[in-house]
Amino acid sequence: MTTKMFGEPVQRVEDQRFLRGQGHYADDLLVGQQVLQAAVLRSPHAHARIVDIDVSEVLDVEGVHLVWTYDDLTGPMAPTMGEPLPLLIPHPQLTHGRTQYALAKDEVNYVGEAIAFVVADDRYLAEDAVGRIRVTYDFLPPVVGIPAARAAEHLVHDDVPGNVAARLEQANGDARAAIAAAPHTLSLDLEVERSASTPLEGRGTVARWDPDTARLTVWTSTQTSTGVRAAVAAKLGMDLGQVEVVTPDVGGGFGVKINHPWPEELLVPLAARTLRRPVKFIEDRREHFVSAAHERGQVHHVEVGYDDDGRVLGLDVQFWHDNGAYTPYGIVLPIITSTQLLGPYKPGAYRVVFESLYTNTVMCTPYRGAGRPQGCFVMERTMDAIAAALGKDRLEVRSANFIQPDEFPYDHGLIFQDGRRLEYDSGDYPASLAKLRELIGWDEFPAFREEMAREGRRVGIGLGCYVEGTGVGPYEGAHVRIETSGKVKIATGLTTQGQGHATAFAQIAADALGVPFESVEVVTGDTRRMPYAVGTFASRAAVMSGSAIHLAALRAREKVLRIAAEALEAAEDDLEIVDGVISVKGTPGGTASIDLGTVAVLSNPLRYAFDEASKAATQFTVGDPGKPPVAEDDEPGLEGKDFYSPDRSTFANGMHAVIVETDPDTAEITILKYAVVHDCGRLINPMIVEGQILGGIAQGVGGALYERMAYDESGQLVNASFMDFLMPYVTEIPAHIDIDHLETPSPLNPLGIKGAGEAGVIPSAAVFASAISDAEGFAITAMPISPSELFGLRRTHASAEPVETKERS
Amino acid sequence: MGEELHDIRLSVNGLVREVRVPARRLLSDALRHDLGLTGTHVGCEHGVCGACTVLVDGRPVRSCLMFAVSAVDCSITTVEGLTEPDGSPEGRLSAVQQAFAECHGLQCGFCTPGFLTTITAGLRDNPAPTEDEAREMIAGNLCRCTGYVNIVKSVLRASQIAEERS
Repeated sequence: MTTKMFGEPVQRVEDQRFLRGQGHYADDLLVGQQVLQAAVLRSPHAHARIVDIDVSEVLDVEGVHLVWTYDDLTGPMAPTMGEPLPLLIPHPQLTHGRTQYALAKDEVNYVGEAIAFVVADDRYLAEDAVGRIRVTYDFLPPVVGIPAARAAEHLVHDDVPGNVAARLEQANGDARAAIAAAPHTLSLDLEVERSASTPLEGRGTVARWDPDTARLTVWTSTQTSTGVRAAVAAKLGMDLGQVEVVTPDVGGGFGVKINHPWPEELLVPLAARTLRRPVKFIEDRREHFVSAAHERGQVHHVEVGYDDDGRVLGLDVQFWHDNGAYTPYGIVLPIITSTQLLGPYKPGAYRVVFESLYTNTVMCTPYRGAGRPQGCFVMERTMDAIAAALGKDRLEVRSANFIQPDEFPYDHGLIFQDGRRLEYDSGDYPASLAKLRELIGWDEFPAFREEMAREGRRVGIGLGCYVEGTGVGPYEGAHVRIETSGKVKIATGLTTQGQGHATAFAQIAADALGVPFESVEVVTGDTRRMPYAVGTFASRAAVMSGSAIHLAALRAREKVLRIAAEALEAAEDDLEIVDGVISVKGTPGGTASIDLGTVAVLSNPLRYAFDEASKAATQFTVGDPGKPPVAEDDEPGLEGKDFYSPDRSTFANGMHAVIVETDPDTAEITILKYAVVHDCGRLINPMIVEGQILGGIAQGVGGALYERMAYDESGQLVNASFMDFLMPYVTEIPAHIDIDHLETPSPLNPLGIKGAGEAGVIPSAAVFASAISDAEGFAITAMPISPSELFGLRRTHASAEPVETKERS
Repeated sequence: MGEELHDIRLSVNGLVREVRVPARRLLSDALRHDLGLTGTHVGCEHGVCGACTVLVDGRPVRSCLMFAVSAVDCSITTVEGLTEPDGSPEGRLSAVQQAFAECHGLQCGFCTPGFLTTITAGLRDNPAPTEDEAREMIAGNLCRCTGYVNIVKSVLRASQIAEERS
């Protein structure tokens, strides 16, 4: 019997390549093939009009092949390159959406905005050339930070009043009336600062134009190859069939690489076609900080009304989202915050309203968690505030508000990021909380706190609960081809940036087909193999492509069994496939059996005996001699293709808890224990899922305690390097993290899976704020928090009563 | 006016390679783009992330902080040179590489070569590290995917594998 692969912690097949230094990341491609290199002149100013750009000295540099500014993009070579870049996800409430040009036209709106594009023999020369470009600017006052954007004394875009890109309100019930009638009320002001995905590999694009066939091949470090393909074809005025986009190995994405097309993703192919030479752009680290994308910056105001048990009767949330200078990704982020804020809870009534605001800073597009960490922070701070006000245990207040297991599917009466109803499919929050209570040692903590206090040490415990909509649509597809060698080739269109898809997807296919895991090979993100796909974001790959591969493999299996039944003169229902051999059930390896490879030969009436399988096939007869060799309802070859398109997202959930120690003198924050209970439905590969969680937690620790984008008042990002932007090293990460899983299957897809990619990072700000508040005795209301900020808060609170959470009743 | 070029010989993974480079060419770029050894990755170009770490005369060095012309007369080992001969064309994974595969010590794989070279040198100095020493060994390298927990496990496992193999 073939071992079932689903659920096994199978070692990753892709690791062999990576461990030997044989990966193929964007900058590894076409090495030694005379590839030209690009560099970009970026704005050093946050807000300015461009008066003049002088490139006259640039072409004198030996080895420089091309220099473009905006004016070069308006000619006949690419009729729409002079238009603003696409707004990927429009929304009726995004009344003032704005996107940048591939190269700035007349005005720059953030430090890092692309102004000129140079192609030279190598990057060194290209940067030399960039240094010779002279730009004359007229300075405009920069708008930096949410308070300045709201005050709107200055505008980022002249034609956007109040700097407001969008305003959206959603409600379920009359929250304000419910709050007014509630026995207790609270108000909170809560802030989260900017951070960013910061993959170790930045952006990178390579393009090769083939003049003989008039076709373009683009390799780009992206989270959506099909999206880039469509954008390149449209912007370069080419047929879709002339452009192929191949996603090479990607050195991390975490959201930032879902935005597309980046200016360079259009400029590089255009330059390759113009110069008839391969061209490469590889972003350096500073460029990634100032010209990719950030996320997270939001300011929130909460009004909540609740009863004596801490049950939320009415919740009214206003927040302001800093979308940076442009809105290429629409208002997905604040929509996610506004809906996912609810977490596992069911407030009696809810109203949320947000404004998405322009500032003269790098634009904001999804970073792992995508609006959820802010929402979770807001809701969990509110839960803690209610518990504090009532003098109740924090777990008790959460329990009083949980959606119960028998209430699924649970409809929140709101519209989610995918335009579908916010309806949770499954979960068991009380069971998750019970596990977490155990895992972190919640009930033992008071004794531990006392023990520590006796040693003069200060500790606190905190928790955070979240629900994450995963596997958003609209669809993914898969193609399965069984070769005459018996090998199984799978293609799915979404991309991979470290999630181990080649392994997890092969596990699914091996089970569905009954073939050895080793004979399955998975290709992702290659438009030549699967031209219809959406992309890898929103924790959707396992749910979407995993389901599609399962369905496509079952289709291939149907055909295998049909042909094998005919060849073996047996009924299809009597056959099974074990280790790639089809035989009558219960007689594995018996005389009446046939290899998958031989079935592949029989599936194609054109049979040249090139291989052993073809020779072996001669003993079998299939096909009706009275019919054409390929029957009307059939096609040659042993393939299966299918698409998975769910009604709505599936909702994973989890709860994290942490015990921290805060130094009484230095306010240094140390993590003593971290525990996770995670429910992403059925696990395909628990090793990979745990890896995702562990990585997410590290990013969460960064976001909670270290990482921020330090903009000064003139809009300069003053910490745009790994020296100054404090990404966690191992020394910042807890040595041991306890993880427990609940597996509540999703009823929405055939495998019962939910997404897991983003989960680890979602509750971190909430969890650490909760624990630090517990240690210090006052509420933490802004994250991230550094030791010096905590020290400052101590002094403030020592001289005044806490003001963060006012009880008004 | 073109740049002055220097003909240099670099000894990489046991082979002497000749390249012609300007004085300013980084060792990382020479390895990757002139010698085609693209396993060494560049993550920050300012010596902080450690992805480009190679062994120079056995010691871990950030190849983005060293000029190629400075590496003349040195013996350089990149990730491509870590495998051990076992008669197969590709060689077998070293103990450190094998441990990463077993412990899920990598995800996107971009930072991995720098960890592998760093740990290779670290275990040479300290073949049986404690967990704290294992953490210390990798404390200068950034990884954005794994959260390090499985990399620490990989260091400890590599020590075991090396012991088993010796």
